[in-house]
Amino acid sequence: MPKLSRRRILKGMLGGSAVTVGLPFLDCFLNENGTALASGLEMPVRFGTWGYGLGGTTSVFVPKTLGADYDLPPEIESWARVREHINLFTNSKGYLDGNSNRCHYSGWVIARCGIAPSDRIPGETIDTTMAKQIGKTTRYNSLTATATGNVTTTYSYVNADTPNPAEWSPIKFYTRLFGPDFQDPNASAFKPDPRIMVRKSVLSGIMEQTRALEKTVGAADRARIDQYFTELRQLERRFEHRLSKPEPIAGCQPHDQPPEELAMGSDVESVQMRHRMMTDLMVMALACDQTRIFNMAFSDASSGLIKPGYEKPHHTCTHEEPVDEDLGYQPNASWFTRRSMEAWADFVEAFTKVREGDGTLLDNVLIYATTDVGYARTHTLDEMVVFTAGRAGGKVRSGLHIDLQKKSPTVIGYTALQVMGADLPSWGALNNESSEVLHEILV
Amino acid sequence: MKRSSPEYQQTQDRLASGTFGLLLALVLVGCSPGEPESPGTEPRVRLITTDQYVNSLRYVFGTGIETRVEFPPFQRTDGLLSNSAALAGISSSQLEQFQGAAASVASQVIDPANRDFLIPCTPTDEGSANNDCAAEFLSKTGRLLYKRPLTDAELAQFVESAAAGADRLGNFYAGLEVALEGMLLGPEVLFIVDRVEPDPENPGQLRLDAYSLASRLSYFLWNAGPDVKLLDAAASGELQTRDGRARAVDRMLASPRLVDGMRAFFDDMFGFSSFRTVAKDPSIYPQFQNTTAVAAREQTLRTVVNHLITEQESYLELYTTRSTFMTPALAILDGVATPPGWVPYTVPADSHRAGLLTQVSFLSLHAHPGRGSPTLRGKALREMLLCQVVPTPPPNVDFSIVNNPDSRYPTQRDRVMAHNENPSCAGCHRIMDPIGLGLENFDGAGSFRATENGVQIDASGNLDGVEFDDAVGLAQALHDNPALPRCLVQRIFDYGVGGPATGEDQHREFLAYVNEAFAADGYRLHDLLRRIALSDTFSRIRPAPMSDLAAD
Repeated sequence: MPKLSRRRILKGMLGGSAVTVGLPFLDCFLNENGTALASGLEMPVRFGTWGYGLGGTTSVFVPKTLGADYDLPPEIESWARVREHINLFTNSKGYLDGNSNRCHYSGWVIARCGIAPSDRIPGETIDTTMAKQIGKTTRYNSLTATATGNVTTTYSYVNADTPNPAEWSPIKFYTRLFGPDFQDPNASAFKPDPRIMVRKSVLSGIMEQTRALEKTVGAADRARIDQYFTELRQLERRFEHRLSKPEPIAGCQPHDQPPEELAMGSDVESVQMRHRMMTDLMVMALACDQTRIFNMAFSDASSGLIKPGYEKPHHTCTHEEPVDEDLGYQPNASWFTRRSMEAWADFVEAFTKVREGDGTLLDNVLIYATTDVGYARTHTLDEMVVFTAGRAGGKVRSGLHIDLQKKSPTVIGYTALQVMGADLPSWGALNNESSEVLHEILV
Repeated sequence: MKRSSPEYQQTQDRLASGTFGLLLALVLVGCSPGEPESPGTEPRVRLITTDQYVNSLRYVFGTGIETRVEFPPFQRTDGLLSNSAALAGISSSQLEQFQGAAASVASQVIDPANRDFLIPCTPTDEGSANNDCAAEFLSKTGRLLYKRPLTDAELAQFVESAAAGADRLGNFYAGLEVALEGMLLGPEVLFIVDRVEPDPENPGQLRLDAYSLASRLSYFLWNAGPDVKLLDAAASGELQTRDGRARAVDRMLASPRLVDGMRAFFDDMFGFSSFRTVAKDPSIYPQFQNTTAVAAREQTLRTVVNHLITEQESYLELYTTRSTFMTPALAILDGVATPPGWVPYTVPADSHRAGLLTQVSFLSLHAHPGRGSPTLRGKALREMLLCQVVPTPPPNVDFSIVNNPDSRYPTQRDRVMAHNENPSCAGCHRIMDPIGLGLENFDGAGSFRATENGVQIDASGNLDGVEFDDAVGLAQALHDNPALPRCLVQRIFDYGVGGPATGEDQHREFLAYVNEAFAADGYRLHDLLRRIALSDTFSRIRPAPMSDLAAD
């Protein structure tokens, strides 16, 4: 085959003419087996989070055995299909460091920010830290979604006052990802939009205005305007992306648009269905390398899930339902936990459905999953659980149950940061500060 | 001046006799007599909300332009979402939405079907750049979007972009489209920036400059950017005179756009953003559908607008009024018949409903998906309507007694009273439950019920020591509670100036003055808005601490 660079083919297409140039799906775009990038680079490793509310009940959640092939007590019975992919960390503890226990808030904030909150979110969440590390080259620096149908259900923050709002509608999420602005990496034709060049130049003027405005406001507002400037830069990068033909990716095969908007509703069945739809979209966004950072929230920390026919939503149930003396736990509260764990298993399983290289997408991701309490009935931050899934490009072992022996969940967060290449001496503050890598899970 | 004071009587007599009547009335309201000295509010940079963005674009480009955006709500601070507008940052996904909306609006504006109405000039040659026409359109539009005239440099930048675009794309309108799309992402389109200047009438003090004052007034009263007339008043200097400002405010208060503004305020104060996701268990409340939630929100907002703006009645009576509006989605809850659409409706005198607390909006929003909640309702009343703070529950408490199926607890009253058997619960529940119990005749979906588990419901309770027998009694007790009007004054002032006070004085003296006047004015919203909008406190800006000043 003659030497033919994509850049040479595309060069000259941006002169302002809107001519479509059909490009053959040349073999030189792919590696030998068509499963990795043509450049020969390994598939990127992505980082994501998954969150749900209200922990679980130790007696029916925590396996009796440690290490591989751990047993699956009733609340995590549904993991059977994905157990080999999940590391379960139990007996973790969130340290309040003199702050009051802010119910259904302190716990997840410790796990995601590494700091016990006194009031507002104390800083960026771990996914934002990761996005700064590995999120800058893709169309989106991160994507955040929820199954609750509520835009405010998010565990991802840029800073105290800027949550990453959640995608909540499957149709809207689909349109954002795969609508008219999507560049299919496997499309044979590539037509750069000449308007994009012009847009870029207008944007630079807006960025100048933004810099000028920064100089006229107080310090706190200056930081906010600066953040706006950073986002404009990201938008500029997105425009740039659209000017070049993306690398073909075999696994990128977007589904059709979801047929219709789901009815709003917090009953578990609807939420699980919405969760599966949002998960499929998120997984395909990753497969198509639209982002390398992702967040999914199955339920709020004060989960409002409903069990049809039962008068109390999940959160209220955990507080008000008496412990069944025969069973030794709250049966309905446990029912909600079981449904949440089914959703987590659905989430993990979805990553195994996409082939990537010699394995699946799950081999190239690391997912960090957290909740807000150990035992919801008493809001305790003892006996908290954390999970991970995926093998981070072969760096992480999976399928293990590990007793954290009252360590803060930040030990897992710090290990994840190290695995993903964030060169930090430690993560977290005071008793939640961790500078220890959990070698047990590293290959 | 209190209603009972001799000065008040004297003033009334003079007014009645016609002596100095007109003059005095002007002096009384136009010059804010009696307004205590105030350091003013801090300068703010507020992020625009979805409604403000849409309202503003509708004004600039007309209602024919479709703007489908939905930015995430801010976090609620001190009772209002809008109180966080001066803290919130823009996330990636939000900027993406702004960009999408900007592209869509720009393409609609230059569409052949709209351009003749929206672009004030026609280029001689559509196939190439035309700087004069571009400048005419962009300066006019930019003034409205930026809420001030564009600087020469800004305008030149946009005109140049339009020209470069026209050259590259071979079409004048295509170039203008891209320039407009960029303009819609301008930092001063998305942020509402308070700019200050020395106050010539009060040496040593700062005030909002005329354009920032125009914005503050406009977002306060209309929930949208200033219109051409208001910007003209700012440009001419008229807005910075007492008479000129009074004329501008009176025009805004008389405008139908006041309805948009006040709907936005009360929607925020009443926490109605939660309606977007409120869900009832269909197996327990099959009659409560998504349409019920939409209708419940609308019923209350219609009641508020009619009572406070159209009829100009007392704010206190909003909580006892039997005048409202009805639509089939709500009528079904009470088993009454009503024609389609919305019609005025008077609640029958023998009904258990009276005022906003007994509307489906309050009853269903502050309840669980499968049952009512005296605690949530009591908490909402205290926090939302009386501006009081109920402490968060302590960790490590056992609430299971509330669910005890023991036959000693057949009704919700019995169960919540069990809170009082636990000392760690009792402190807070005593200030919530006895209020919420007054609404026990309404279930979690807002329907009336006389019994629970076969036992007659006792809906008696008390609010701050005032005993009542049922919801109508609770409504009257709330009406008479002195914290009710004070809370509105607090919220509406914070809303108007863009956020809660952070200084030490908390505007106490100013708010006391406004409260007194609000009472004297018969608790009419119109007078309250006018008094705040014309006050020195509203436009005065306290100097930022030296440490906070931006380095040049």
